[in-house]
Amino acid sequence: MSARTERIDRLSELTAARREEAEGRGVWREAFARMSRNPMAITGAAVVAVFIVVAVLGDLIAPYGPTEQNWGDEVFPNQNVFVGPRAENWLGLDNLGRDQFSRMVIGARQTLLVGVVAAGLGFTAGALLGGLSGASYALGGAVGRRVDAVLMRFVDMMLALPSLLLAVSIAALLGQGLVTVMIAVGTAQVPIFARLLRGAMIAQGSRDYVLAARAIGARRRRIALTHILPNSMGPILVQLTLSLATAIIDAAALSYLGLGNPDPSVPEWGTMLADAQRFLSSAPQLAVYPALAIIVTALGFTLMGEALRESLDPRLRK
Amino acid sequence: MSLLEIKDLKVHFPIKSGVLVDRTVGHVYAVDGVSLQVDAGTTYGLVGESGCGKTTLGRAVLRLVPVTDGEVWINGVDLAHLPEEEMRRRRRQAQMVFQDPLGSLDPRQNIESLLTEGLEVHNVGSGRAERRGMVLDALEAVGLSQRALNRYPHEFSGGQRQRIGIARALVLEPDLIICDEPVSALDVSIQAQVLNLLEELQRDRGLTYLVIAHDLAVVRHVSDTVGVMYLGALVEEADSDSLHAAPLHPYTRALVSAIPVPDPEVEDTRERILLQGDLPSPAAPPPGCRFHTRCPWRQEERCATERPELRTVGEGHRVACHYAEQIAAGEIRPRG
Amino acid sequence: MPAGPLLAVDDLSVTFTQRRRRDVKAVDGISFSLDEGSVVGLVGESGCGKSVTSLALMGLLPSRGVRVAGRAGFRPGGGDTEADLLSLPSRRMRDLRGRELAMVFQDPLSSLNPVVPIGRQVTEILVRHRGLKGRAARSAAADLLARVGIPDPGRRLREYPHELSGGMRQRALIAMAVACRPRLMIADEPTTALDVTIQAQILELLKELVTEEGTALLMITHDLGIVAGLCDEINVLYAGRVVESAQRHELFRAPTHPYTAGLLASIPRLHASRDLPLTPIRGTVNDAIDWTDGCAFAPRCDNYAEDCLGGPPHMREERAGHRFRCVHPVRTDAAAVSAEQSPAAPEPSAPKGEDR
Repeated sequence: MSARTERIDRLSELTAARREEAEGRGVWREAFARMSRNPMAITGAAVVAVFIVVAVLGDLIAPYGPTEQNWGDEVFPNQNVFVGPRAENWLGLDNLGRDQFSRMVIGARQTLLVGVVAAGLGFTAGALLGGLSGASYALGGAVGRRVDAVLMRFVDMMLALPSLLLAVSIAALLGQGLVTVMIAVGTAQVPIFARLLRGAMIAQGSRDYVLAARAIGARRRRIALTHILPNSMGPILVQLTLSLATAIIDAAALSYLGLGNPDPSVPEWGTMLADAQRFLSSAPQLAVYPALAIIVTALGFTLMGEALRESLDPRLRK
Repeated sequence: MSLLEIKDLKVHFPIKSGVLVDRTVGHVYAVDGVSLQVDAGTTYGLVGESGCGKTTLGRAVLRLVPVTDGEVWINGVDLAHLPEEEMRRRRRQAQMVFQDPLGSLDPRQNIESLLTEGLEVHNVGSGRAERRGMVLDALEAVGLSQRALNRYPHEFSGGQRQRIGIARALVLEPDLIICDEPVSALDVSIQAQVLNLLEELQRDRGLTYLVIAHDLAVVRHVSDTVGVMYLGALVEEADSDSLHAAPLHPYTRALVSAIPVPDPEVEDTRERILLQGDLPSPAAPPPGCRFHTRCPWRQEERCATERPELRTVGEGHRVACHYAEQIAAGEIRPRG
Repeated sequence: MPAGPLLAVDDLSVTFTQRRRRDVKAVDGISFSLDEGSVVGLVGESGCGKSVTSLALMGLLPSRGVRVAGRAGFRPGGGDTEADLLSLPSRRMRDLRGRELAMVFQDPLSSLNPVVPIGRQVTEILVRHRGLKGRAARSAAADLLARVGIPDPGRRLREYPHELSGGMRQRALIAMAVACRPRLMIADEPTTALDVTIQAQILELLKELVTEEGTALLMITHDLGIVAGLCDEINVLYAGRVVESAQRHELFRAPTHPYTAGLLASIPRLHASRDLPLTPIRGTVNDAIDWTDGCAFAPRCDNYAEDCLGGPPHMREERAGHRFRCVHPVRTDAAAVSAEQSPAAPEPSAPKGEDR
């Protein structure tokens, strides 16, 4: 007997050597594991992490207050006299003699806030619309298709409205301010999320496992919430990270157009960029800093989104 | 005593067209008047090529597709006319095993949650422990161990996934299991494992199967009775031994002769009946006998005009061909 | 009479490499040869390396992340000069493909360009390789479609791939493959996507082409039924190696490798008694061990014994032309197996738990 068991052991050892992957790991954990090996994801995550830390701990990092005009007597914009980077002001002074570095650091928070709230708004409203639409289409039969058609025409209307026009109209209603920017940017994102989620849910709805769930007698609500929806989240989660990037850029654009926060005491990268344009010929660095910050942050989110998309790609899954 | 009785079942899918208002411009006659009976504890095999409506028929039995007309009796209840909610509760009696073992398992559910779902839906068992016991029983019956419980579908091989699919059906203790191409996605060496498992489960639990497949050899091996479908209708039905030994319908003959047999002696001596052309569209089935456009034995009279009834020609042997007897006797010869 | 076979594959191996992953040896030293006008089958289940072999021979494997080793001697034009398909420069290879070598794939829809009419796709080959022009090319294309049994070829030439049925598409693909009367055609599961009655039509067509045009055919399939009727010689593959190779009558009469015997015993037969139980092979292909550790089939094998481990078993040849790679082969009494019955299952092996 022992000879045989030994033989079998040796065999199973050899067989086991070929299986390496961990057991009992769900799809999301697999995807996360894949992401953590992806240099693109790591770079993106590092950039985003730095951005978030700066945004949250801004008050501790910034050496001076953002509105302190400590060096007002050194800067004369009318005579093209600006102060560049030096030991006490790492990025120099702005046109009013305020520390540019401190303003950048404090501005990160506003930018993050606008990005997160706007993207979150778009995500939530879009997911609600798209989810309702997709579930109706996939499971609701003829009536569901009609519900879906109505909801989608509404989404199409939103898509047809230029986001800039929307922002201006909202600003006209609510007045100029951060909330206006957030709502305007968020609303522009809604149709993207709605369309994406609906498409994914309809695709998942025709999969065999949905049929299988119906065959065991599951209710539609259950099928929609526990099967179709979780399996359809991939694309819109990827879109969420990408939207954070575009939201930051869009918000900067609206601030640049003067629809942003009028309060000069709270700096924001987009507003800073707008203010700097007046001195573009004499002090281009004032525009370069916020522009660079916006680009790098957006790039960080985009990299993360791309990596997430790659790691969720079913073709890469074994 | 038949457990499942299908009477003149029809499933017609409307073809919609139009931008704003959907207009029905035609129908796909996926299943067009099928009647059959399956006795308790036996296996009925349904063969046919793609587009013949066999899968739709299987789904229609469980009302996974809307039934256009006809009756589906299981245990003395006509499922075809039950209200939606009542139907949902009755799904426990008849379960389904799918062709694609991976696609039919939710990738985000682990095995325990996959198998428990049916129990939760139908309020079987009270509490987690009792349900886990039932799930373990089902897993054991299909030859998987407790270790499978917290693993995910993608971590299993094709054969194991199909076992999981079977366990999901078993755990609800159904009377009837509809197996739609249960082995066609599996490797040859694995197919036999799953077929043997199905037979073993039938012996132990007295299950009734409706097996749907394109492979006549597979269907014949597991079935007591075999029905052959062509373009939405049964063309022949017989017990599985006489069907391949003495096929009566021209289509069955062609099908039997077309199957490659892993035996060079048989392959060298057999005569292939090669059918002309392709399957006509189920949206525009030919008038008369649906097979007459490809039939080598086609006659001038009746074939193109009169749709043949499925008639009994011997014990348990039904065929839908006007000239079945004459063809069998060799009075009508195929066209060169 | 030129010396040697048309294609001689010697010790072909294909390794897929990926950063920070183990190398995967999809093909692990496959050897076989193919004479002019003959049909040779490569049979095996998923993951046995049969498709990778065909891609390697056609030079269609991606160049990155793949290591190909071995030799595949091919005699273009049937002459005496031999070219190694595995080391030929890609320009020469492109020239050979289509003219001397042709391939038919499993999925005809994805092998055809969806936005170009069938006719243009066929004439393109004729223009490129046979130098035909305009009207001549078009009429040659119509002849080709007629040759492979496509009715009304003049009209079909103008149609797009999606307008044809699966069987017609596969015919069109075969027409493109034989457009330049290739010496060697490789068919990779050409009928797997098709219905049985259509499959019969396509197999008949392939047979006809081989007998009438003298094209050699390398048939790659998982279906033992297909090779039984079509191939002169059959190579059974497992885990990237040929485990058994014989003439078709010999192979089915006396399957010697436990894997071949096991496969045959696990297929339901149309002509055998229903009461004959199927004898499955246990485990799955994933249970294979590395050939360097021993016989890859050992974990699933009923004849497994200790000396199966420790290096790959050698190819043995006990009867002329019948080779197998096994230390403990199945001994079938060939005479006792009549043509009607299924070939015997592997010898009644030691039941589990009992020691040999």
